[in-house]
Amino acid sequence: MFPGNFDYVRADSLTDALSLLAQEDAKVLAGGHSLVPLLKQRLAQPSTLVDISKIDELRGISVNGGTVRVGALTTHHEVASSEALQEAAPILAEAAGKIGDPQVRNRGTVGGNIAHADPASDLPAVLVALGATIHIQGPNGARETPAAGFFQGLMDTGLEENEILVAVTFDALSSGDGSAYVKFEHPASGYAICGAAAVLRGDTPSLAFNGVAVVPHAVSTGDLGSDLSDEGLTAALSGLAIEDPLSDIHASAEYRNHLAKVFGARALGLARDRRG
Amino acid sequence: MSIGASIKRREDPALVTGKGKYTDDLVRPGMAFAAIVRSPYAHAKIASIDTSAAEAVDGVIAVYTGADLVKGDAGGVVPTCWLLPDIKTPDHPILAKDVVRHVGDGVAVVVAEDRYVAYDAAELVEVDYDALDAVTDVVAALEDGAPLVHADVPGNVSFDWDLGDKEKTDAAFEGAAHTVSVDLRNSRLIPHAVEPRGALAEFDDAKGDLTVWVTSQNPHVHRLLMTLASIGLPEHKIRVVAPEVGGGFGSKIHHYPDEAIVAWCAMNTGRPVKWVATRSETNLTDAHGRDHASHAELAFDKDGKVLALRVETKAAMGAYLSTFAPAVPTYLYGTLLSGQYDFPAIHVRTLGVFTHTTPVDAYRGAGRPEATFLIERIMDMGAAELGVDPTDFRRRNFIAADAFPYATQVALEYDSGNYGPALDRALEMVGYDGLRKEQAERREAGDRKILGIGVSTFIEACGLAPSQVVGALGAQAGLWESAKVRVHPTGTITVYSGSSGHGQGHETTFAQIVADRLGVDVDQVEVVQGDTREVQFGMGTYGSRSAAVGGSAISEAVDKVIAKGKKIAAHLLEASADDLEFKDGAFHVKGVPAKSQAWGDVVLQSYLAHNYPDDLEPGLEETAFYNPANFTYPFGAHIAVVEVDQDTGHVELRQYACCDDVGNVINPMIVEGQVHGGLAQGIGQALWEEAVYDEYGQLLTGTLMDYALPRAHMLPSFDTDRTVTPCPHNPLGVKGVGEAGTIASPAAVANAVIDALSTFGVRHMDMPMTPEKVWRTIHSSSNASNGEG
Repeated sequence: MFPGNFDYVRADSLTDALSLLAQEDAKVLAGGHSLVPLLKQRLAQPSTLVDISKIDELRGISVNGGTVRVGALTTHHEVASSEALQEAAPILAEAAGKIGDPQVRNRGTVGGNIAHADPASDLPAVLVALGATIHIQGPNGARETPAAGFFQGLMDTGLEENEILVAVTFDALSSGDGSAYVKFEHPASGYAICGAAAVLRGDTPSLAFNGVAVVPHAVSTGDLGSDLSDEGLTAALSGLAIEDPLSDIHASAEYRNHLAKVFGARALGLARDRRG
Repeated sequence: MSIGASIKRREDPALVTGKGKYTDDLVRPGMAFAAIVRSPYAHAKIASIDTSAAEAVDGVIAVYTGADLVKGDAGGVVPTCWLLPDIKTPDHPILAKDVVRHVGDGVAVVVAEDRYVAYDAAELVEVDYDALDAVTDVVAALEDGAPLVHADVPGNVSFDWDLGDKEKTDAAFEGAAHTVSVDLRNSRLIPHAVEPRGALAEFDDAKGDLTVWVTSQNPHVHRLLMTLASIGLPEHKIRVVAPEVGGGFGSKIHHYPDEAIVAWCAMNTGRPVKWVATRSETNLTDAHGRDHASHAELAFDKDGKVLALRVETKAAMGAYLSTFAPAVPTYLYGTLLSGQYDFPAIHVRTLGVFTHTTPVDAYRGAGRPEATFLIERIMDMGAAELGVDPTDFRRRNFIAADAFPYATQVALEYDSGNYGPALDRALEMVGYDGLRKEQAERREAGDRKILGIGVSTFIEACGLAPSQVVGALGAQAGLWESAKVRVHPTGTITVYSGSSGHGQGHETTFAQIVADRLGVDVDQVEVVQGDTREVQFGMGTYGSRSAAVGGSAISEAVDKVIAKGKKIAAHLLEASADDLEFKDGAFHVKGVPAKSQAWGDVVLQSYLAHNYPDDLEPGLEETAFYNPANFTYPFGAHIAVVEVDQDTGHVELRQYACCDDVGNVINPMIVEGQVHGGLAQGIGQALWEEAVYDEYGQLLTGTLMDYALPRAHMLPSFDTDRTVTPCPHNPLGVKGVGEAGTIASPAAVANAVIDALSTFGVRHMDMPMTPEKVWRTIHSSSNASNGEG
């Protein structure tokens, strides 16, 4: 790859990283699996890359008092193979295991995936369906924002240029809950044309989609009704109309909307069947 | 015996441990790097080019445009080498001068001390373009008022070619009991060799010698075209080397502007200059494949016996005529339209059409997959029209096993064939009757997943090619092959082959041929190829020709070695050479086995010449130029089984079985590998791959994130088998296997998907059969069920 010129600095701590990030046109580098492809095509030409990959405080998965915390530097492989998540949020492990290939999963990070906010990424809708909170550190301190409001447009989030995404948290699922991530992927990129994330906390469903719109598309719980039979789910989703669906050579808006109905019902049905 | 043994490929240890030397691995003292500035417009006038900012970058050695790269009058264009009657062959300058005609057309080149500087400076070359309207679709390019790709080519038509008996064909359609017709597309493909194209050029100005290392399937052809058209130096002052080459699939046959550009850069700067394409650059500039729009009609009688086939094809040539482009949709396509069938009348007309797209040329199969797809699709439509099983309809029209040699209505004489047994075997392998039963039961039960079974019985003409025949058809070259067998004094052997392998396993299979014939161990034989200084003129590797033509040349050179050895042995044995036979590594007097001379002793004596025939030259080294008597005609039967999810349109390839007949086999493992790779590429076309342009001529599938190549996990485990009908006219009885899988499989998979959708009344859909296209086809059909799942 032949990117434009840039400086490279490695940050030793979050504080260090935040001060380095204050430079003009600086960009955070973690696993590199979202940023490097852009550098390669010279679509991004930052002056400085601030490598945060060695900041241990940003890494790791914990479950404390019913709250799950996943550090931004945790790799997709670590999420996919986490025993703690198999109990507390199997849907997150399932979605992470469907990202790219083993090489991508070994390098790519949860924080990078979310901050890059590719509409076809696998994690955003899962975090929305889980009702997750995004934790952000900036020069003026820490703040948090719900996942649902974090994604604002095509590769556009509520993250300021001088801020770093540090972790996501959400309430752990318990026995009697179910979840599923069902993905219809593009054969070339492996990205989601439609990725349906379904979470059932007891009988309360939540459903969100990757890949169908510029930001994760959530279906309100009220619209999903209470009939969790296959027929009921199909009926509940039959009127689904995604606002401004994506449309490209791989899938038209009409087809994406159709896929959301099919995979939404399949994901919720699977989540139902997986309840303990 | 070495022939017929699955010997592991001797070239692989170096390649799989990273020790293979590809063009990009080569380093020359003082080497500089080139980056080519390419047009972002599909069609534009170049108003001006300002190179000053690029030239000012530290580390930039030179920047050239089309106006100043080529010195003097000679050179500067890349030619087409296959001329058809009345063909229009507009110039293809190595850098565009006034007009750019496709996205990726080169307009300037930066030579710099390293690659990063070259790419940085290339971004600073300011080209002022006046954008013009573009046309990228082959049908639209023929419409009145379509933008012209070349001002001096009216209607964008490069050639209007036909073959077969039009009158007889038209007459056969009159009053035929049944006719079917179809408009079909053969989608545009990007070859995607794993190694991108590249070149390294070095000029010795004291001697006037130019050396070009290039990713080539045919280095002698590259050298000849550099002499005649792009460079202009005498042929003996150019050396072209193909180092390790990482696949080509046809895309590395052609002489591209890029390798001429680096040669001129080397001559102008006095520095060795290297250029290697980025992956995106290969996608924009490697000659693409296919891109046909055809109308086909089939007439048959009440018993399903075909009376005639009529075809009109519009074949995209892209912006310029690439090296062999005119041959692909004509003599490599129209001549194949009889398939495995006894068609009494055929007529085909092909228009070669310029569009504002990357040039189109030979891509694995080259014309034959397009022909097979068309025939096998319309045969399925014929079967559906008559209401019989597709295998039944085919059998009613197979050329009978005792009808060979068989002259088709489209200029070929099939030398051999036996089509029924291969189909029988493939049906047995796949469990055809059971599948049809399952299909009926599941349709009855209303399964949301639909089973489809597709058959493709194909033929190809390969082993390119009898020189007189191709000369009469417009080739500006003969298609023989050369081999030199050099026996060293100690009895080991070096073979110099005019073939130029790039992944096919020649170093193994060619050694097997020699070892088998001379009764020596394979390890005693070295194979040299791909260097015009080391190897006599050769035509290279493409068109499944290397075993059939290149291997036959080696066999004939070995015959000459044996014949000379007999004379030496006869002298030593005081016998007549006519009374000797060569067997098991020794020359024997026939009928007197004890009276013999060992191979090694004869070889040694050929170099000592102490006890030697007076009228014989010393040494043991023979060359053969082998000109095949005919094409070869591999054939086979391929069957694909798919599951179509009618709620999403997703197609899963569940099973694939095939029985090929490629004649005798030198190395079964390599043959199987070729079949597997070919199947993957053909299945890729059927289900996933397509080069898509937007209306402005931008390639929308320019990266591997958008262009879907098949991967291992997307394919089932293939079930392959062979029947063996040896080629009757070459010494090895081999036919070639490099393209078979690619030729047969698109039709098999497409027929399977359409077979599944036939439950909705669907008779045809185009490739690639992507989920949305399948879903739309189902839901626009008259008898679709509720698709909301």
